[in-house]
Amino acid sequence: MAGELVSPTPALRGSARRTAALRLLRRRLIQAVPLMLGVVVINFCLIQMAPGSFLELMTAENQVSDPATVELLRKTYGLEDPVWMQLLKYIWALLHFDFGFSYRQNMPVIQAIWIHLPATILLMVSSITLAVTIGVAAGVVASMKVRTFWDSLVSIAAMFFYAAPSFWLGIMMIVLFSVKLGWLPVGGMMKIGGTGGVLEILHHLILPTLALGLFYAAIYTRVMRSSMLEVAQLDFVRTARAKGLSRNKVTIHHVLRNALLPVVTILGVQMGTVLAGSVVIESVFSWPGVGSLLFDSVSSRNYPVVLGIMVLGSLVVIAANIAVDLVYMWLDPRIEIR
Amino acid sequence: MGGSALPLEITDLRTTLFTRRGEMKAVDGLSLTVGAGETVALVGESGCGKSLSALSIMRLLPDPPARIVGGQVKLNGRDIVPLPEETMLGIRGKEIGMIFQDPLSSLNPVATVEKQIVEVLMTHTELGRGQARVRAHELLELVGMPDAARRLDAYPHQLSGGMCQRVIIAMAIACSPSVLIADEPTTALDVTVQAQVLALLKKLQADAGMAMIFITHDLGVVAETADRVVVMYAGRKVEEASVDELFESPLHPYTVGLIGATPTPGAARAERLADIPGMVPPLNALPQGCAFAPRCKRVMDRCLTEKPNLTVPGAGRLVACFAAEGG
Amino acid sequence: MQRFEFPRFEFVGRFARNRGALVGACLILVVALMAIFASVFFPTDPLRIVGLPELWPGEDPEFPLGTDSLGRDILSMIVHGARATLLIGLFASAVATIIGVGVGAIAGYFGGWVDEVSMRAAELFQTIPNLIFVLTIVVILGSTLTNIVIAIGIVSWTPIARMTRAEFLSLRDREFVQACRSMGMSDFRIIVSEILPNALPPVIVLSSLVVAGAILFESAVSFLGLGDPNVASWGRLVGDGRQLIRSSWYICAIPGIAIMITVLCLNLVGDGLNDALNPKLRDR
Repeated sequence: MAGELVSPTPALRGSARRTAALRLLRRRLIQAVPLMLGVVVINFCLIQMAPGSFLELMTAENQVSDPATVELLRKTYGLEDPVWMQLLKYIWALLHFDFGFSYRQNMPVIQAIWIHLPATILLMVSSITLAVTIGVAAGVVASMKVRTFWDSLVSIAAMFFYAAPSFWLGIMMIVLFSVKLGWLPVGGMMKIGGTGGVLEILHHLILPTLALGLFYAAIYTRVMRSSMLEVAQLDFVRTARAKGLSRNKVTIHHVLRNALLPVVTILGVQMGTVLAGSVVIESVFSWPGVGSLLFDSVSSRNYPVVLGIMVLGSLVVIAANIAVDLVYMWLDPRIEIR
Repeated sequence: MGGSALPLEITDLRTTLFTRRGEMKAVDGLSLTVGAGETVALVGESGCGKSLSALSIMRLLPDPPARIVGGQVKLNGRDIVPLPEETMLGIRGKEIGMIFQDPLSSLNPVATVEKQIVEVLMTHTELGRGQARVRAHELLELVGMPDAARRLDAYPHQLSGGMCQRVIIAMAIACSPSVLIADEPTTALDVTVQAQVLALLKKLQADAGMAMIFITHDLGVVAETADRVVVMYAGRKVEEASVDELFESPLHPYTVGLIGATPTPGAARAERLADIPGMVPPLNALPQGCAFAPRCKRVMDRCLTEKPNLTVPGAGRLVACFAAEGG
Repeated sequence: MQRFEFPRFEFVGRFARNRGALVGACLILVVALMAIFASVFFPTDPLRIVGLPELWPGEDPEFPLGTDSLGRDILSMIVHGARATLLIGLFASAVATIIGVGVGAIAGYFGGWVDEVSMRAAELFQTIPNLIFVLTIVVILGSTLTNIVIAIGIVSWTPIARMTRAEFLSLRDREFVQACRSMGMSDFRIIVSEILPNALPPVIVLSSLVVAGAILFESAVSFLGLGDPNVASWGRLVGDGRQLIRSSWYICAIPGIAIMITVLCLNLVGDGLNDALNPKLRDR
């Protein structure tokens, strides 16, 4: 038809969207390479800046004197080579997941971290789920009852949890729910001598999840509220109302999904801070995750583990970011992959 | 539907904006009737109250600050102003359809065309999802969507402005409403597409015998579509006439100005509204007399102190102007 | 040459009309005064043992907030801790602002590959889990106050860089900048003396929010026992009180409340400044 431009992209059907998702995945994986390289270089710079030799650093804790081990380390990291060669060797070692050996755990660093990773990821996932659920729900309620008692209540609660240090919140919850009321365990992931059943772990998961998640719930509440109010002003909402849809239906079917987009964006940006936040929370609740391992390693100056956690933590963040990107793409069909 | 009653009969509609800077009469005593198959154009500069009139008829005013404070809007004989919101839900989209100015932003960006059309059908008819889908396809064909079957799965950003407007028209007529309100439906479109959309609207209206209110600031469009024209200024109707009479012998100086400002073939488009100096006065600072007086070429002493009422200068015509009465 | 006209009085008025922000500003002032005059109110070393251990707040009028496990005055420790907490927050925010404004200004002004590299770097710093980064820096380079401040600054600069960049992008092609360019002014001078003053107001607002974030950061580091051992910041007081939550949980609770109030007030002030800068965004 004259004058009407044929759309540049044909409608994306199921399989086409899957292809697009795969393309996004590939693109993000390629982008991840320089990012990881950057992390490794920063790591390397830290090692170089540290007082004392690299060897001392990598074996700091136990003063390894076994000449064979020292010789092995010397060879792996090329300590006689110029700095750039050392960097290349370091990268080469990391590429083979060789993060060194942890004498404290008496196992390779990668294995020590690997053992602790599931607990941390469980805590991260449950905290993010809690934060998004509460944040979205509270934000929607506040925006629908804007400038009422409920709106103020939500805003004040969000202000409060946004300002409370998570570790302090965790301790206060232990005081209330564990010490005074005796409802929930003080810490750990299972009872001493427990079997580690799902219910038992969930029971132990409640307080750490609240302590870590409520801070983010506060952020998402504020973002969601303002995003809901903003989307509600858009033209298509009026169209939906003109169709005869009730206010609630319009909110749920039309406003909500559009309003979620900024929340998802922020979620992606904050993945790193969620992982970092779990370090503190794990220390408060003796949660046997990477955070506890990091705390232990930092206290005992077990550098290989600390550096390994920084690299693997960044890797987890990149993976989580890719997952968030895919969710965003699923929510917003306008995303075109270049 | 109410047998002999007119599809739309508005009497003395008054809508006020309650703002921090005071009350503003956005629509001040508008009366208007539209018969079946008839098109009435509502014309005026932006801010004259034409869009708020349309939203008043839909009962979709942004409240706060806007509220209907008086008058009647009879839809097929029933006054809808006092109706509760739940009843209005069954009227919007079913008995009144509405088409908006900016087609792309008027569609939900994250829902498919099909979903958005099916939604109206599922709300107001007994059709199941499968049947609604079939009907959505039929509607897209009806509004002349090229390659309709494939467009069902498309998202708005994948369509051109003209195609988006066709989708919105499809949603508006999905339940065969008796009244269709088109609020500047072609303003945001390319000129060639404008003509197509206008032709489509006229055809749909003629086929279904809908009453149509056509809101625009473009008198060129009015000449092509409308049977009757209502000219609004600062919330009030200042002139009403059939299209032919209005263009032949405009009575109100404002109408004269509007027609003079409409580009005729051959004339440059840049001189738009150049004939009317000044701006529409803000609604909270209306002059005591005729609101148009400060910009009027034929202003008299009386115009500054007294508001002119609508008078009948001839059969089927109305005008609110002392100068027009006198001359 | 055109300059950004800062509507000062209107701005102050809009800020003052925001009740939350006003209350926040007043409380911040109180905390700041407390920090400045700490040694006037409590001339003795706050870490000195002055009374019986574990006195509950109100138990002894001499120690209104009670004493800790060693018998040290909690009120005195809070007042002295305010100094450490606020200073670390301010300096860390200053470090973050200097890095962020520098990177953002260069990225936004020059564009092209400079911009690309800068934004990749920002992404890199957002990828490394911030607290893990801080702990790594602190543990390798030593838990001194300077290291902690710099480490927190290093992980907090990215939002400031992004905002500065956005401001520069919108300002760099304005007439007054082009005029300077045609006069042959150097890039450095244009950035520093022409664009920066116009780009600064929203950046300063963001920096005030970074102070709040930095205080939370520092408190987490100190809580974990990795802070400067010579500094008794509020975070460390929470960490110290942690062992006694069964008997005397108030030792933990009080410094935490102090942190929360300070952060809350800084956020209120930041929000108020934001609203006053962009009145259109209010009610959102």
